[in-house]
Amino acid sequence: MNDILLMMVIPFIVACILLVVKNDRARGPISYIGAALIIATSIWVAWNYHGDPQTFEVSGESIDLLMFAIEAILGLVIIYLGIKHKKPIASVLGLVQLVMSVCFEFVFKEGIEVENGLYIDDLSIVMILIIGIIGSLICVYAVGYMRDFQEHHADEKDRRRWFFFLLFVFLSAMYGVVLSNNLVWMFFFWEITTLCSFALIGFTRTEEAVNNSFRQLILNLIGGIAFLAALILLADQEGFLALDRLLATPDALVADWLLVAVMLMALAGIVKSAQMPFHTWLLGAMVAPTPTSALLHSSTMVKAGVFMLLKLSPLLYGNIGGDMVMAVGGLTFLLASMAAISQSNAKRVLAYSTIANLGLIVACAGVGTPEAAWAGVMLMVFHAITKSLLFLCVGTAEHHIGSRNIEDMDGLFARMPKLALIMMLGIAAMFLVPFGMLISKWAALTAFVDTEEAMSVILVACIAFGSAVTGFYWTKWLGKLACVVRDAKDIEDTVRPQEWTVLGSLAALVVIVCLGYPLLSDWLVVPWMDIAFFPEHADLALMETNNLYLLLIMLVALVLIFVPFFGRSKTKEVPNYMSGVNIDDLSYTGSMGAPVNVTLRNWYMEDWFGEDRIRKVGEAVTAVVIVACIVLACGGWLR
Amino acid sequence: MSNWTLLLFAVIFVALAPVAGCILAGIDRKISARMQGRQGPPVMQPLYDVRKLLAKERRTSNRVQDFYVACYLFWIVVTGAMFFAGMDLLLIVFTLTLGETFLVLAAYCSGSPFAQVGAQREIYVAMAYEPMILIMAVAYYLFTGGEDGGSFAVRDIAGFGDMAILPMLGIFLGFLFILTMKLRKSPFDLSMSHHAHQDIVRGVATEFSGRTYAMMEVSHWYENIMLLGMVALFFQNGEWTGVVIGAVVAVLAYILEIWIDNGFARMKWQTALKSGWIVSLVLGMGNIIALLVIA
Repeated sequence: MNDILLMMVIPFIVACILLVVKNDRARGPISYIGAALIIATSIWVAWNYHGDPQTFEVSGESIDLLMFAIEAILGLVIIYLGIKHKKPIASVLGLVQLVMSVCFEFVFKEGIEVENGLYIDDLSIVMILIIGIIGSLICVYAVGYMRDFQEHHADEKDRRRWFFFLLFVFLSAMYGVVLSNNLVWMFFFWEITTLCSFALIGFTRTEEAVNNSFRQLILNLIGGIAFLAALILLADQEGFLALDRLLATPDALVADWLLVAVMLMALAGIVKSAQMPFHTWLLGAMVAPTPTSALLHSSTMVKAGVFMLLKLSPLLYGNIGGDMVMAVGGLTFLLASMAAISQSNAKRVLAYSTIANLGLIVACAGVGTPEAAWAGVMLMVFHAITKSLLFLCVGTAEHHIGSRNIEDMDGLFARMPKLALIMMLGIAAMFLVPFGMLISKWAALTAFVDTEEAMSVILVACIAFGSAVTGFYWTKWLGKLACVVRDAKDIEDTVRPQEWTVLGSLAALVVIVCLGYPLLSDWLVVPWMDIAFFPEHADLALMETNNLYLLLIMLVALVLIFVPFFGRSKTKEVPNYMSGVNIDDLSYTGSMGAPVNVTLRNWYMEDWFGEDRIRKVGEAVTAVVIVACIVLACGGWLR
Repeated sequence: MSNWTLLLFAVIFVALAPVAGCILAGIDRKISARMQGRQGPPVMQPLYDVRKLLAKERRTSNRVQDFYVACYLFWIVVTGAMFFAGMDLLLIVFTLTLGETFLVLAAYCSGSPFAQVGAQREIYVAMAYEPMILIMAVAYYLFTGGEDGGSFAVRDIAGFGDMAILPMLGIFLGFLFILTMKLRKSPFDLSMSHHAHQDIVRGVATEFSGRTYAMMEVSHWYENIMLLGMVALFFQNGEWTGVVIGAVVAVLAYILEIWIDNGFARMKWQTALKSGWIVSLVLGMGNIIALLVIA
């Protein structure tokens, strides 16, 4: 057990060191060593404990009190910041939460002991690997990126110590979320992740950043309050606060107050995983420096939300809570994918794609069958790797071409060939066969059809239309990158070595994890499901192994097909056809003898898929679904 | 059916589909010509065209383009082989998308305005027809479903014993509707057209020449035969009668498409998405609900 505690503490220690070290030269090596240690310990723990779920006896009055004290102080800080920045809603919600946690601590929690404070199982191990490996790679990337960032913002005060402190604390808090068996501890770490991302989003302290950080805070405080309400219900009605006891409840008994508690926890998960109607906080998070976005989108924050939902998944089988989660996830997948079409800002496209893919994972969790949860976990893994890769690619491109607009990435293939190839790999991995995301989506579709309930019709429609839309917005971006411009200047040699290392490692991970798909399933995901789900719905009909092998062959073919195109060729290169005499690739002499410039823009279909329109529809529908489901559940309980 | 027989089917497809596809394209041109009151070229004209294209000097606006078109051909052949080998229908649909993506990249990479607009229209039309294809796969799964779930595998669907056409009539009609888009026929020939009424010259194919252009033509032959195979799949009952009926209906469907091609003017681009999605929603999802109710 000590190795697990060590793993949880290391990022925190590194964070504290980085907070006091002022020298930028020293920051690099400390971060690298820290990241190496985090990766090593996470792999060590995964290797030691996989297939061997257990709980650990950790408890103590003093730990509880310390956590409560920190929480109370942070609550007061929220109230103060809300007043200082004239955000009364944040202060009010902060106050509500503070009052609730005081009541909880001194009234409801009295006499309830959780002996086994920590646990580990295979789902936690999947999360540990995501947090440890991808999270620390992003921290390494941040070292190089933040140097550029500081150069670009030379007139501002250097607050990078604070930035790196937050990054590493975030990793510790995430470990806490996925390893706490004591729900009160889990809530503590849950709130720490909210506050870390609040501080990271507001890092640049511009007006926009402050506004967006408060939006994040307000929405996530709603989730936090729902979580706390669930804890109060659990403590008051049944008198336990241990996650393993909650999950051991047979699903037939998930009714009345327990159903309401589970739904409140699911609501907290929905907020954290940026599902509609709460999705705007993740879009606002784009103002932060790129490593922040990469971290929030791939390995931390939103993954805590889907982790919670996947954990609760067995309790959501065949009840109204499951319906709520499925409907919110499915609709978010469809609508967020549509909204992505209208965006030309690369980071916003990525943000909408994150929201959409998380929607799919959320819908998988809501089904409550092991088959669907399997697809959900797989989606989570592949999404984490691919999305971090894409964010970091966009960050590097932005520092070199001076824009994060997809229209400005025209001909990136000629200007930054290596980066463009990595980015194209990332995009292909998001939506094309034979990469992991698509395979998992396929499994999700099968799982949805297999439930054969009314909800499955809605989910099938969402996935059929949503996938078509997904193909559209990715392919048009891919096309922009693929465009070949002659005589373009290569501007790639100023990319920092840390960035190349991290981008290369993540690109390699995309391919390796695809190749290791069956192993990942056999070692970690299936063992977790065998224990987590009740045997009566464990009619596990996973993907046929034949198909998996076929996909591996396709992956190899996709690589080998490059070979004959290397080397010299007799083909003559000639200019494009432009209905006139070409001047260069993007202008020609027209019929009247005047030079004509060609500009090419992608389709954004603002009238149909405009952001505001989609947001209004999405917020209204999902809000009604959530409120109606919770009211129905409460009605069922009180009756 | 044994694995070896299925493998044989795949080999036969790879060997004979271009022949059949070529003849089909020749018949297409002949019938179109007659509908327009012309004599028309000989049936083997597409073959002569491709032979001539192969003999031309190799020119390209950039080398990457040839690579992408070769990938397109490769993945279309793989898709068709997988279909006739009776593999998973969803996997087939996804692999088809992979092939399509390479065609779109080939058009984008040239930087030609005509090709790029064509490429964008190509993916736009794909967005219009893709839901219907996925819904079709799901419907087959429900149709073959029993106590222990259905199957997406084409071999299970073809060998199920009952024809899918009646319980899946809505899906069939919907599929016929989007087939027009998939075959790039008027009124939905937005991305490139065989007729001279196209505003973006030859669209996607503007920058292809010689061997590259020939590769694209051959891919279309493969693709068309596979699509007709999908039409015929609705009529398979596990016996030879199903194969015959399927083949006849497939040919009739193609003739219907030729008639639509010649009988309708190009529609506004907006119509493709609206009509494609409405048809998918009403006929496709309606049929899914019906199948669930029956089950």
